[in-house]
Amino acid sequence: MAKSLLLPEFKIERDSARCIACQVCARQCANAVHTYDETDDSLWSEEAQCVGCQRCVTLCPTGALEVRRRERGFRENANWEESFLYRLYKQAETGGIVLTGMGCDRPYPIYWDHLLLNASQVTNPSIDPLREPIEIRTFLGRKEAWLDVDWEHRSLKTVLAPQLELSLPVLFSAMSYGSISYNAFRSLAEAAREVGTLCNSGEGGLHPDFYALGGNIIVQVASGRFGVTPEYLQVARAIEIKIGQGAKPGIGGHLPGEKVTPEISRTRRIPVGSDAISPAPHHDIYSIEDLERLIFAIKETTNYQKPVSVKIAAVHNVAAIASGAVRAGADIIAIDGIRGGTGAAPQVIRDNVGIPAEIALAQVDERLRQEGIRHRASIVIAGGIRSSSDVIKAVALGADAVYIGTAALLALGCHLCQKCYTGRCNWGIATQDPILTKRLNPQIGKRRLVNLMRAWALEMKEILGGMGINAIESLRGNREQLRAVGLRREEAQLLGVKLAGEGW
Amino acid sequence: MKVLDGRGKPYREVNALLEELWQEGIQEVLLRSINGQRYLGRGFSRGEIIIEGTPGDDLGMFLNGATIRVRGNAQDGVGNTMNAGKIIVEGDARDIVGFSMRGGKIFIRGDVGYRVGIHMKSYLDEYPVIVVGGKSGDFLGEYMAGGLIVVLGLERSRPVEGNFIASGMHGGRILIRGEVDQRFLGAGMKVEKTAAGEWNEVVPYLQEYCQDLNVPFTFSSDEFVSITPLTTRPYGKIYAY
Repeated sequence: MAKSLLLPEFKIERDSARCIACQVCARQCANAVHTYDETDDSLWSEEAQCVGCQRCVTLCPTGALEVRRRERGFRENANWEESFLYRLYKQAETGGIVLTGMGCDRPYPIYWDHLLLNASQVTNPSIDPLREPIEIRTFLGRKEAWLDVDWEHRSLKTVLAPQLELSLPVLFSAMSYGSISYNAFRSLAEAAREVGTLCNSGEGGLHPDFYALGGNIIVQVASGRFGVTPEYLQVARAIEIKIGQGAKPGIGGHLPGEKVTPEISRTRRIPVGSDAISPAPHHDIYSIEDLERLIFAIKETTNYQKPVSVKIAAVHNVAAIASGAVRAGADIIAIDGIRGGTGAAPQVIRDNVGIPAEIALAQVDERLRQEGIRHRASIVIAGGIRSSSDVIKAVALGADAVYIGTAALLALGCHLCQKCYTGRCNWGIATQDPILTKRLNPQIGKRRLVNLMRAWALEMKEILGGMGINAIESLRGNREQLRAVGLRREEAQLLGVKLAGEGW
Repeated sequence: MKVLDGRGKPYREVNALLEELWQEGIQEVLLRSINGQRYLGRGFSRGEIIIEGTPGDDLGMFLNGATIRVRGNAQDGVGNTMNAGKIIVEGDARDIVGFSMRGGKIFIRGDVGYRVGIHMKSYLDEYPVIVVGGKSGDFLGEYMAGGLIVVLGLERSRPVEGNFIASGMHGGRILIRGEVDQRFLGAGMKVEKTAAGEWNEVVPYLQEYCQDLNVPFTFSSDEFVSITPLTTRPYGKIYAY
């Protein structure tokens, strides 16, 4: 075979003065980058296989390794950027669709970084969260436009729709057992329970071991309907109809047959080794009316006890689609922006299809308000939430809560190498290899997630206190607390915020 | 047999009444005057329901073991995402019969509409079966991942199959009585005369169908062709890793 034109992406530097040839790097790398040479008692590295996950660097006991992005030395070219050359060579060699993992990494504007928060000065004094309670508890679900009260008996006549109570406005987004390992899923589910929030099964069914944690799990009904049994719907706290995903709007998903292990096959209810294919659309949903039919099929089957969420990707007409979904009976609308993650997607789709979550959120919130139906559904925004300030900005733009996927995996040890689709995740997250999955201890994973949520909760209270706001309810859709920097007036208008420097 | 009149009762009420009857230990219910109520029998794991009239969409949605017989026609979504149990329709049914079904049986005496048996799948002893007495519309067994679909074409002139049969199919088997014209097929399938071994597996289902719907069993394997996928990995070769 002809020599590949693909140059290694990473350069591995081994400090021979520090290396003690302990072979930790060789044992840790699932991509077989490092090899021990017995005759020489030394190690050498095959850089072409390196994905830059930093596992060997992190575990090297003497700090002898450094893995750095390699300067490939192409002549500088603003048009033919390195990533285009790399992809083109790969396609010329393979003739296939280039796959990738995690969220879009293109330098499109990140609007969170163009929004600044307000704080109180002199009037409306700020609040110290250490001394005074600040409420960040969040309820997701349909709210009533008005309440009928029986004043005589001092009770509520209106029957309230089922609500999801979260201790903070953050949920773990949909990641299926299959795309992530059993231990990663267990970490998320147990952390959700301890924190008082929810995780999401993704579209691969729910392993029976997790039924006991169902009170903190949202289960998905996607186009493949994998593992969607009455029991699956019953054990869950809420149900989400997955229409789309930010990383791959408009296309389905394929879990390749080699990842369908006996345990995955048990969860998805398909034979071992068969491709698990989620078609692009639900074939029983070709209209808003059909969506309504599925929403009510689920509500009717679960006796109207569980909120039903509809997850859509942020696309150009997202506001009208969200409005339709609310009118179809969705209790929660989840919107996934272009930077939303994935276990596997064609790179060309991930990097070019959809719109940023921030703009979609502002538009959906605005549209539902204009139509007078904002109370009928909660909005959960997803796709590129990186910090507690992103959460606060999302709430101020109109979200009820956020989904975090990538951020949660980072807490579990992910280093964003974007190779989830290979199934050789050295951090034991996006893999089913029994040796690799053991590297993630679910008790430690859970602890790290709980820590992250505690830290974000403390920071959110600090930010709210500074604004003089003592309940996150008062921040929801409160865009006066946001100002835009470095944006054109039109963009700021789309976001519904004023420019920095403009007063009330 | 317990009789329940569905006239003027919304689906929520009918299903709730049925559940009460199962609680009381009643096993068989005759549902009269059904006229378009959706989701009848949704998720039921027990009981036998006989329906007079025309049930609405998603009859037996998520069905989990109950038996439903319709003395008439059914609308869209019969046995949608069904898990176990049996649905018998003495007349016609429309689109997406048995969408994503994982187990149980659906027997239709008459014709069916588009997208029937899409994405059926099987796992160990979960084996979904759809038998259609008449003809089927387009996209029969699209994305099919497991199970069995049989189209009998009783009292029908050819063709009994619609366009794009089994496109994206990667598991399971479709049997059609008579020849199948290649132009109706999706890509990646093979059509062969039904072999003796597979015929023996199918016969018990056909006998059950004939008994349930009072059709004389006069079939033989040489009348049928079998459609099976060439690979269980239709998407295996389109990606660069």
